[in-house]
Parts: sequence; C-alpha cells; structure tokens
Amino acid sequence: MEELLREYLPIIVFMGLAILIGLVFIIAAALLAVRNPDPEKLSAYECGFNAFDDARMKFDVRFYLVSILFIIFDLEIAFLFPWAVAFKDVGVIGFWSMMVFLAVLTIGFAYEWKKGALEWE
Amino acid sequence: MMSSDIQIVLPEILLSVYAMAALIGAVYTGKDRLAAPLTWLTALVMALLAVMIAGGEGAREGFNGMVVDDAYARFAKVAILLSAGAVLVVGTEAMARRGLLKFEYPILIALSVVGMMVMVSAGDLIALYMGLELQSLALYVVASLNRDSVKSTEAGMKYFVLGALSSGLMLYGASLVYGYSGTTLFGGIIGAANDGHVGMGLLIGLTFVLSGMAFKVSAVPFHMWTPDVYEGAPTPVTAFFATAPKLAAMGLFARVMFDAFGNAVADWQQIVAFLALLSMFLGAIAAIGQTNIKRLMAYSSISHMGFALLGLAAGTEFGVQAMLIYMAIYLTMNIGTFAFILSMERDGKPVTDIASMKLYSRAEPMKAAAMLILMFSLAGVPPMVGFFGKYAVLNAAVQSGLTWLAVAGVIASVIGAFYYLRIVFFMYFGDEGEGVQTPMAPAAWAALMGSAAIMVLGAINLFGIEGAAAAAAAALVN
Amino acid sequence: MSVADFAFYILAITTVASGFCTVVSKNPVHSVLWLIASFLGAAGLFVLLGAEFLAMLLIIVYVGAVAVLFLFVVMMLDVDFAELKAGMAQSVPLALLIGVILLLQLGSVIGVWQFSDGAEAARAAITPAIEETHNTMALGQVLYTDYILLFQLAGLILLVAMIGAIVLTLRHRTNVKRQNVVAQMHRDPAQALEMLDVKPGQGL
Repeated sequence: MEELLREYLPIIVFMGLAILIGLVFIIAAALLAVRNPDPEKLSAYECGFNAFDDARMKFDVRFYLVSILFIIFDLEIAFLFPWAVAFKDVGVIGFWSMMVFLAVLTIGFAYEWKKGALEWE
Repeated sequence: MMSSDIQIVLPEILLSVYAMAALIGAVYTGKDRLAAPLTWLTALVMALLAVMIAGGEGAREGFNGMVVDDAYARFAKVAILLSAGAVLVVGTEAMARRGLLKFEYPILIALSVVGMMVMVSAGDLIALYMGLELQSLALYVVASLNRDSVKSTEAGMKYFVLGALSSGLMLYGASLVYGYSGTTLFGGIIGAANDGHVGMGLLIGLTFVLSGMAFKVSAVPFHMWTPDVYEGAPTPVTAFFATAPKLAAMGLFARVMFDAFGNAVADWQQIVAFLALLSMFLGAIAAIGQTNIKRLMAYSSISHMGFALLGLAAGTEFGVQAMLIYMAIYLTMNIGTFAFILSMERDGKPVTDIASMKLYSRAEPMKAAAMLILMFSLAGVPPMVGFFGKYAVLNAAVQSGLTWLAVAGVIASVIGAFYYLRIVFFMYFGDEGEGVQTPMAPAAWAALMGSAAIMVLGAINLFGIEGAAAAAAAALVN
Repeated sequence: MSVADFAFYILAITTVASGFCTVVSKNPVHSVLWLIASFLGAAGLFVLLGAEFLAMLLIIVYVGAVAVLFLFVVMMLDVDFAELKAGMAQSVPLALLIGVILLLQLGSVIGVWQFSDGAEAARAAITPAIEETHNTMALGQVLYTDYILLFQLAGLILLVAMIGAIVLTLRHRTNVKRQNVVAQMHRDPAQALEMLDVKPGQGL
C-alpha cells in the first residue's frame, strides 16, 4: 500500500506547488497591489460597448445532443482500458465479449449517423 | 461452460439481436414509414419468444449464478412478453393517429422488455440493477415520446428524476448488503441470514433495496410519480406502464425477497405488509376525487399493487402463487381497459375526462357492456375473475396469520369499488354530456372484447393459470 | 498518523466540505465547480484504496464529461434560481428531518459494524492481492469473462441511451439546404452542363 502511494508522490508535490503558486499570486495581489475601484473600471469590458446581454444565454439543444453522445462514447472507451491491460489473461471469450460490446455500440453509431444526429445543418 | 450459459439467456439475446437488427434495418430503409409493420413484427417476435420460454423445463443457473431460469422466471417472462406484445398491437393505431408512431417506439419497448426479463431471472444484485436500469431508461424515453407536449416531457422528467433517486436508494442498500454479506449473489446473501434473522447492517441494506423496489412497483409511500406520469405520457405508453413493468417489478420484488432474504421472512414481512396496507387505502381513497381517467387508473394500479403485495406479505408459497395469479389477472384487465381508454376522443382529439363518458352506453352498447364487465372485475365484484384474484391474496394473508391486513384489504376494496362503479354509473345513467367517440382499430376492439370475455369465462376455469402459478411459486419458495 | 491516514483525512474533508458547498452555494455555476472539487476528492480517496482505475474514470467521465454537461444545463436553463430557492425554504425543515434520519441510519450501521460469517473471505476470494495485480488488471481479468453478461447489458444500456437522446432531442429543420456529398461526387459536366445553340440576336 505504502509503495503504491509513494508512486503518487510526484503528483502530490506537483499539486502542492500549483496550489502554492496560485495562493502566492492571489495573496500578493491582495496585499501589494494598489486598489482604487470605481464602477466603470469594474464593469465588464466588451470592446468599448456597454455589455449587450446577460452572459447566461440559452444554448442550442444540439450542443446537448453532441455532449450526451460524447459521454456515451467516453464510457465505451473507459471499458477498453482494463480490456487492453488484461488482454493476455482474458482469452478468446474476453476478446469476443469486447467485440460484441463494440458491435452493439457500432450499431448505435450507424443509427445516429443515418439519423443525421452528427450533422450540424 | 459458455454455451450452456448462453442457452439460459437465449430469449434475451434473441430479443436484443432482433431489436438491433430492426433498428438498423428501419433507419437505413423506410424509417418512420416502417413503424406500424415493425410494431406488429415486434409483437410477433415477443409472442414467439413467449412460446419458446413456456416450453422450458427445470431450473438452471448460468453465469456463475447471476441468472436463474426456473418456473418462476418463465411464468413472469411469458406474462411480460405477452402483455407487452398485446399492448404494442393495441396501441399502434392510436399512436399513429396522434403522429407519435416512430420506429424507435417498438424497439425501445423491446429493449425494455429485455431488461424486465433480466430482472425477473436475476440471481445477483448487479444483474438485478443492470436489468432494472435497462428497463427504466427505455421507459423514461417512451414516457416523453410526445416531446412537443409539455405534459409528456414533464412526465418523462419526473419519472427520470424520481427513478434515478430510487435507483440511488437501491444501490446504497445493495452496497450495504454486499458489505455485510460479502457477496452480491443471492445464493450467498441468503446464507448470511441463517438463524432466521439478518444482522442490523444487512437489515438497513434490505430496507433501502426494498424502498427502491417499492418505487418501481409504485407502492405507497413511493407512489407520487405514478399519477403524473400516467397522465402525461401518451395513452398507449401509459397502457404499457400499467402492465408489463409492473409485473416485472413485482416479479423482481418476490425474487429478491425469497431468493436473497428467504431465511429472514419475519424481517421484511412487516415492511411489505405496511406497504400493502398504505397502497390499498391510498389507491382506493385518492382515486375518488379524480376526473381524469388516466389519473384514476394510476391510483387504481397503486391499489392493485397493494393487493399484490398483500400476497407477498404472506411470505409463503401460497402467497406467491396468489400474487402471480393476481398479477396475471390484473394485466389482462388493464389491457382491455386501456384498449378502451386509448381510443377515447372527441373531434379527433384525445379526451380523458371521466365526465365525457356520460350516457356512453346509448351510443355503443357493446363496448359499454365490455367496459362494465372490466370495471366490475377491477373492483372485484364476485362473478368476475377480478374477484378470484382478490380472494386468492386475501386467503393467503389469512392463512399466514395476517387477518388484520386481510380485513383492511376487504375494506379498501369496498371503498375502491366506488370509483369503478361511478364510471359504470356515468356510462348508463348519467345526464346528457358532450359525449365521446371511440373509433377502434380491430386489434383494440379485439383486446377490449377478449379481455371482457376472459373476465366472465374465467369464472368457470382460470385457463390453467393456477397450475402454472403454483409451479412458479414452488420454484421460488423452497 | 501515517502519510496515508493524513491524506485520507485531507481528502475526506475536501469531499464532504465541497459536497456541502455544492448544496448551499447561491450561484449554480459555483455549485458545479464545488461538485467538481468533490469528485476530485473522491478520486483521491479511490487512489488511497488502491482503486486507481476508478479514480481516473471518475476524473475522465465525471469531471471531464458529466460536470461539463452540468455546466451546459445550468447555462441552458435560463432559470431564476433566486425564485426557486425562495420556494425551497418551506421544504427545508422536512429535508433536514430526512437528512437527520438518514444520518442516524448511517450511524446505526456503523454502530453495529459486524459482518456476517465468511463475508470477508467471500470478498477476498474474488479480489487478487494488490501487491500482485494492480487494480486495472484485476478488473480486466473478471469484467469480460466472469461478468460478461453484465458487461453486455451495459452495452445495451448505452445503446438505449443513444437512441433515447436522439429520439428526444434531434430535430431536423425544414428549409435547410444540406450538402449531399454523394451527389456532389457523382456530378460531372455531362449532367451539369447543357449545350445550347443560341442563334444571334435571339437569346434564350
């Protein structure tokens, strides 16, 4: 167990460094920088215009469809990792089991392609 | 090892392969123009699979005990396949008239039926969950199939959010069960309760799993989604919700209770009895004020689930048999009733108002008579088959010492009779109303008349369903 | 306290505190960001348990995809969250009650921490020792063979999700000119050009 965690030491050092540097910049800015705010300085800058609209606008529902389809294939890929790692051990059954899994999702892919879900118009 | 495993899940494999072939076939050729033939074809495939499953014998386990193929699973699968096929056929015409008949509809139904078949033959908590999710996910989609209607999308949304919540409860419970018993296999969990009681940790896990399943059968207090979903979903889809998934969930319920916790009946009996009591009464009382027939059928199904749970609460083989008979009768009645409801319209627009049925018997005496029989049967009035179902579960409850619950069931059934009879009253004696037309496709007409005929003729002989249910119950409770 | 213990407490506190902030923060975008922090904490806990694959999966799938989708939803639904929150104030006592009950149940589960006979042996029987096989390998060894049925069911669930997403959200706009690649490739001068002999002074 200890050995496993030791492998993560560089990552922890890295994250600690990232947090440290981030904090230093924020604290330094808070302590050292000159602050003299007024409403015009603080308002959003949009190429010299006043802000047109609320930043939170409605997205087209198609963005949604694309991201849902992305998640599904993301999950499919996730299943491939242990398969690849254990490829030597899974044998014929394991190989064909993955092929069937991929075939099922390929059917879904062919369906969405033909249905036009991948077109943007 | 592999080929014998595949033998066991062959019907599921065939149905999924069919669904995928149909999906690809339809999308590359006629798309929605093929929807109607595809619906019929799906129903035919389901009927063929039902015949194939009904021929099976003995009890087998596959995939290291993850799936079980016994008489109980076969009974439930045949009932699921037949009722799903019937509902598809009955609803095709109504879906087409509302412009909702997409070719994905029968395919999603077929895939959800695959999920149900896995549910009733699950021998493992993970298999149970995968089947349940496959079933539910397809149902969430078909609930909001009418995506331009606010009510339909709301139905899908509510169903999805509450369904996900219940899945969460169930998974939490399943993880506790796994943690305390060390295995997800039902065959292993049952060993953890050898002395007739389960430990405290396992008990809390059991309670969470029970709550999740109570949601799926829409037992009070986990029923609140039912009226909204039934009302919002397109009527043919509502008809489907009221039949096959209910049986699948009930089948799963009994499977988990007996296969995994069969040694600790006393521990779950009180919970199930409590669910049954509340469901029977809430279903009977809340339906009285309804003016929408789909909402009324939702409360009716809640009440009926209460009665089915009554059989389960008995905790005996006889109780399971009674529950299975009750569910089979319930499915038949509901297919007939919904064949009528989904054809109700005025000037081409669907109506679901109960008041619109006033004096319906003058316009269509035949259909009104069929509805009369079905309503009497749903209420459990003696000569009809519905009475025998109620009698069976009440008898099972009395035999295992739950007399108070049986008495409560009788009272609830008397209260519930009021609203069924109110529909009959409207049809025959009401004052002049706006009227309703019920143009029916031959399939829907046949379903309505056939179901009504079974309700009368079944009083003589229950078509051998008792024997099959007895064999199924014996396979489950041993 | 060993390093592992120390890491556990840091990560557990991060996870729980971020989860709490997800619920209470006023701005829904902040909620999603807190949720991501909570996922990261949970991923760290998975690493501590030796379940590295699950940890990476949590980051790839939940942080990388699901949380981004959440942000989409939060931005897409132009909901007045202040109004929603106002209605919620009435349900807070009930929600607190349910939360307390769940907490008590959790407490009672921990209070009677007693496995059934053979539970630990049953669990150990299917998990190889962490020193011998690492987590991803151990998953791979059983997922595609012993649990093949569940694996294929997962494939079917993903298929249903795909069909469902398309059935519910895909709309084809009418009056949109689309590119037809096959027609373009088949096009040649013989089809596209018509030679006409135009007489002088007449036009077409």
